[in-house]
Amino acid sequence: MYGKRLRGLALSTFAALTLTLALVLFWAPNDAYLGFLQKIFYIHVPLAIVTLCGFIAGGVMAIQHLRTRDPRWDMRSYVAIHISLVFGVGVLITGSIWAKGAWGHWWVWDEPTLVSFLLIMLLYATYQPLRFAIEDPERQARSASVFAIVAGVFVPINFAIVRLSTAYVHPRTLSNISGNLPGRMQVVFYLAVVSVALLWVTLWRYEMTSKHASAQLRALKRLLGGDEDEAPARRSAAPSVTHLGGVR
Amino acid sequence: MSAPPTRTVLAALLRKDLRVELRSFESVPAMALFSVTTFVLFHFGLRQDSLSGDLASGVLWVTLLFASVLGINRLFVADAEQGGFDGFLLSPADRSALLLAKALALLAYLVVLELVAVPAFALLLLKPSIGPALPGLLVVLALADIGVAVIGTLVGALAVRTRARDLLGPLLSLPMLVPVVLGAARATEPLFATHAGALPLRWLAILALYDLVFALIAFALFDFLLED
Repeated sequence: MYGKRLRGLALSTFAALTLTLALVLFWAPNDAYLGFLQKIFYIHVPLAIVTLCGFIAGGVMAIQHLRTRDPRWDMRSYVAIHISLVFGVGVLITGSIWAKGAWGHWWVWDEPTLVSFLLIMLLYATYQPLRFAIEDPERQARSASVFAIVAGVFVPINFAIVRLSTAYVHPRTLSNISGNLPGRMQVVFYLAVVSVALLWVTLWRYEMTSKHASAQLRALKRLLGGDEDEAPARRSAAPSVTHLGGVR
Repeated sequence: MSAPPTRTVLAALLRKDLRVELRSFESVPAMALFSVTTFVLFHFGLRQDSLSGDLASGVLWVTLLFASVLGINRLFVADAEQGGFDGFLLSPADRSALLLAKALALLAYLVVLELVAVPAFALLLLKPSIGPALPGLLVVLALADIGVAVIGTLVGALAVRTRARDLLGPLLSLPMLVPVVLGAARATEPLFATHAGALPLRWLAILALYDLVFALIAFALFDFLLED
């Protein structure tokens, strides 16, 4: 069900990423101050934007879960947050490299965008431990959804508050991007955002397909041989796949 | 059986919580003692006899935050362990009453905590006299307490029925309370300066907005945490 058109999506993601990378390396002009180092901007900023949107998407999916009580929405929300967490680690690493090159320090505190991103990562880092610590699958799903919604609301508010509190060093990426980026850089930047978003969607679909396939496999095994020869489910923070509703 | 009016339920729940606390002294004395001990720790950790300005405000707010985390951790434990939740869920009472009662109970704990912690802070660490700063400080304390009470109740309900609640409570609540501490510390900063400045209204507005947003979120989501 989830696997449909996944190959086409994966191929277009691959093509978009390759094209972006080629344009970043060979077509976009070098920055006047930072030179080649500035090119990490085309990875770092799209990653950050996609991560935050992914967290918010996880919150929206969690709202759907609480409204419909359909465990598939919980799984979607879980996978969205999981992938965004992985992307978020990438944001912190690329951001540190950029900060070291541009400002001379691996970490800069008077930097609202960095600090609020770190806070958001610290909050979301507790998502999986929270799931892991609740045994009853339905309550786990409900608690995780409540967390995902609260944290999804926290994302923009936290950004606004931390930004109000500090002096600015970081380029205000979203507010004045069209103002201070020359044409070619702008084209490549938007292309990079699209490619990273495509990558996120592909990974999300891929993970959903995989979870769905294992749920179906489990259901088939149960139909064939009963429960006794099945290995006990590994303890996991992921939603339990047995009640996702596969083959009956 | 028709549902009792929310106000009756609220009053009963609040009375129950305060009576349990008065009989067991489980949370508040520990919170107050913790705050005083933390001030002593800051004295040695920073090697400062007296603080003013942003350092004073930061030490006060971080201490209050950590002390309130103790209360947040204990807030729902008795209900989860001794069947309070089950009893409440069996009754036809409005679920939101429990949220409000717990938030008010936590607010009461925080007020008592601050009745001890703020004088202790003024006595032990604060360099400028507390008198002129007091009216402004009370406003900031009120706004920050509401934020801590709302988020603490939500997080406490989320964490209490997990296996590692003592760990998850602080891990969940601390990042969510950073904006409260940030706003409160910034608002208190000019009050504790050697040449006291005016209360920054912008930070009060931000604190109030943060309180309001999470109060609404908690109100919308609390029911889902109670279901079984």
